[in-house]
Amino acid sequence: MSPTRRDFIKTTAATAASVAACGPLALQASPQTLAAPTADPAAIEVASEALNAARKAGASYADARIGRYRRQVINTRERQVAGVTDTESYGLGVRTLIDGCWGFAATSAMTRDGAQKAAREAAIMSQAARIVRKRRVELAPVKPVTGTWTTPVQRDPLEVPIEEKIALLLAANEAALKVAGIRFVNSGLALLREVKTLLTTEGTNVTQTMYRVGPAFAATAVGSSGDFQVYEHELAPRGQGWEYIESLNMPGNAGRWATLAVEKLSARSVEPGQYDLILDPTNLWLTIHESIGHSTELDRAIGEEANYAGTSFVAPPEKMIGQLRFGPAFMNIQADRTQDGSLSRVGWDDEGVPADQWLVIDKGLFKDYQTTREQVARIQKLTGVTKSHGCSFAESWKAVQFQRMPNISLLPGDRDISLDDIISATDRAIVIKNRGSWSIDHQRFNFQFSGQAFYEVRGGKIVGMLRDVAYQSNTPVFWSSMDMIGGKSSYWMGGSFNDGKGEPSQSSSVSHGCVPARFRNVTILNTARSV
Amino acid sequence: MSAQTSTQGGGSTLLSRDEARALADRVLSFSTADETRVNVSSEWSGNTRFAAASITTSGGVTDTSVTVTVTIGKRQASASTNVLDDGSLKRTIDLAARLARLSPEDPELLPELGPQTYATVNAYIQRTADLDPEIRNGAVSRAIEAATAAGKSAGEMFSAGFLVANARAVAVATSNGLFAYHRTTDADFSVTARTPDGTGSGWASAGSRNWGTMDPAAIGRIAAQKAVASRNPQTIEPGLYTAVLEPLAVTDLVPLLGGALSARTADEGRSPFSKPGGGTRIGEKVVDERVTMYSDPADPALLGQPFDAEGLPLSRMVWIEKGVLKNLAYSRFWAQRQGVRPTGPALAGGLTLGGGTTSTEELIVGCARGILVTHFFYIRSLDARTVLQTGLTRDGTFLIEQGKITRALKNFRWNESPLLMLNRLEDIGRPEPTTAGRMMPALRVRDFNFSSLSDAV
Repeated sequence: MSPTRRDFIKTTAATAASVAACGPLALQASPQTLAAPTADPAAIEVASEALNAARKAGASYADARIGRYRRQVINTRERQVAGVTDTESYGLGVRTLIDGCWGFAATSAMTRDGAQKAAREAAIMSQAARIVRKRRVELAPVKPVTGTWTTPVQRDPLEVPIEEKIALLLAANEAALKVAGIRFVNSGLALLREVKTLLTTEGTNVTQTMYRVGPAFAATAVGSSGDFQVYEHELAPRGQGWEYIESLNMPGNAGRWATLAVEKLSARSVEPGQYDLILDPTNLWLTIHESIGHSTELDRAIGEEANYAGTSFVAPPEKMIGQLRFGPAFMNIQADRTQDGSLSRVGWDDEGVPADQWLVIDKGLFKDYQTTREQVARIQKLTGVTKSHGCSFAESWKAVQFQRMPNISLLPGDRDISLDDIISATDRAIVIKNRGSWSIDHQRFNFQFSGQAFYEVRGGKIVGMLRDVAYQSNTPVFWSSMDMIGGKSSYWMGGSFNDGKGEPSQSSSVSHGCVPARFRNVTILNTARSV
Repeated sequence: MSAQTSTQGGGSTLLSRDEARALADRVLSFSTADETRVNVSSEWSGNTRFAAASITTSGGVTDTSVTVTVTIGKRQASASTNVLDDGSLKRTIDLAARLARLSPEDPELLPELGPQTYATVNAYIQRTADLDPEIRNGAVSRAIEAATAAGKSAGEMFSAGFLVANARAVAVATSNGLFAYHRTTDADFSVTARTPDGTGSGWASAGSRNWGTMDPAAIGRIAAQKAVASRNPQTIEPGLYTAVLEPLAVTDLVPLLGGALSARTADEGRSPFSKPGGGTRIGEKVVDERVTMYSDPADPALLGQPFDAEGLPLSRMVWIEKGVLKNLAYSRFWAQRQGVRPTGPALAGGLTLGGGTTSTEELIVGCARGILVTHFFYIRSLDARTVLQTGLTRDGTFLIEQGKITRALKNFRWNESPLLMLNRLEDIGRPEPTTAGRMMPALRVRDFNFSSLSDAV
């Protein structure tokens, strides 16, 4: 075990225990992972200065969050690089609580003077907010913690030479271009390293280094009549290092992926109607994200997102917790910020709350929401949970932290059955792989999703490829129609590198593990039109 | 609150033209690459967010960042930083140079531009840049009061909303002598009101470069009126209906045509504006002859940025005139290859959809039976070739019968293309400012495809 892991366990024993307890879903961390760097003393000084100024301005609570973000994005098309950008952003965000009102100010002036000014500005915002204050903010308690944590990675993706990255992408493109009928290929990498230090007036002082990598690949086949079909492979973004990108073997697999774009050209356009649906984990993760992940956010349920992302059908909490039947008894949905390799994995959230793991849906019944410290009091009498689940996150030092989705995953069924087993047990259905277009309403009822590869099942066998397929349903109806799920060997973790919420809109990254599943009698649309 | 404690507005924190030029010159002086471009962005933003009669978050941000793009031979790469001491700037240039040297040659690379002439656009409004927390929260307070009063008949109205003001200065400089500088402001304020019985929801929004043109109380009042009117929505069968789209709904949909305006995509056969057999459909009638669509940064109603990220001057571009496709967007590379003038990115200079003179009310009066849409949500592309989209209606969907709004309707999912829709036009309203850089009319459209019902309120 690396010093990093030891340090983490020492400072957050309870969290480490929950990591170990997460059983089949926790991948084994490599023993050769990089150590977590300690905090930059200059950053600690600036953050401390901000907290002092916040106290002087009357804050009953304040936190200072310093972030240094390094993002690299590489895009290629066919045999050339379409763009390489490398961005560094460094700054301080200060949040103050005065008379139950929040204020927040952020600055890139990383001096004692800059920190003081930002803290005073935040305090002015807290004070100015008193004229519109029906409810005072109250924070659930959290034990102050000091420590460091890092995403377990073997190779820092930002330190891998650009030459190696580009060579990998262009080799994938070349392999795809060798496939007859392929005319356009796009591939890319988005790489992030986030070093974040959080100090609070309650005594928390933690520094974390998070890594996230997002690979992408798409091939376009053009038919003889000018018709074209795109196939995007589902290369899940992960909270991992460069070793994950290498493990995907993009150059070795790109030819096979590109072949699917060509095959789509001659696929039969789907006949709309009611079908049974078998969703591969490469497709199902996004349906979980949209219909369960977002509907179980407490800020949506209490109306705080009403003006933008929307509210939720899982409301009001007093009529939902322990009462709303989401799906069959074998449906268990876990929330966590602990799964190895997942995008939302952290040591602590942006309020210093240790990473947590809990059930959102237990045996088909809705059990608990996603929470931050200020949300706990809203539902603790209903859930009996008196601590935050640690869902506070801000996309950068410039942005204020608020409730964001942790990993939300469909746990495997008791029997270890595979996608093929589900297909064999099905008379007539459509199998859908990878994410296509997706859209869902503002209370998370009506959704319409597509995919990248669609297969027709007859008599327990795949009999051909389809195209122009989208499935449309209503969240409670859809999950209630689930009658078969895969076992632990078929568990796969997809994710979203950029999930938007909040005003101003912030992006977060979140993973969703799941198994293949079958749904009965779902509406299938044909999305083809002509000009 | 006393004047001493009030934070300064955004204007005072932005880089002036001279400061931006000095910063750009400093960066250029550190670079030894064949060519260098510097993009400077200096920003201030202040916002207030509220729900259930309490401010939930508010924030203020100041930041200045620099992006350096270096060219070495036929290789190019960029790096950005917001750490502006000499050492950090040099490191950023070195990083860009290293990335460029390691990148393969780009056969599409063109030299950086030299000095250019730009239209004068006064898009910076002091009143918007001065929107401090006290002014913002006062406006929020007025909107909530107006919503509460307008919704009284339905009980205690729930309202939530967001007010944001931005001020930004951007500059572009190249080692070939180009320098461009532009300052801009914008503000947006939107309110969602929901009735206490949970069956009604309404939304209103305004956006402008000029805060002075916005009326917070009106936004709150309209949101609440829509919420009250949308209570107890009825179900009608999904299907093809005449739709009256309010200007904000049109703002959600029509600018999605921007992506299809790429000349390269059209020439490559991947766009609705591709001609079968090769080439583009420029000169062909592509939508109803009442439709004209243009971008123009110097238009006082749009006040866009008069140059793009490369420093290329942006001027008036008429994309569609009387239904005929007049222009597509040409990057510098694609323009050179096709032997035409580069235009910069589509819609960079704002967008006006013109052609009509009537009001939204008149479009309703002229409708025998149809559906009035306040705005749309969660729009996603289904097919690039036809610009087919899916999405939902939200916060005020009503049945129109014999020229009158008669009932609230449940929301719909729809599957529709803004391009195909503009071929099924019954009537087009006069363009109105909906948000900074957008002038959009209400539209009445035949056979809009409302494909399924949504239970969402």
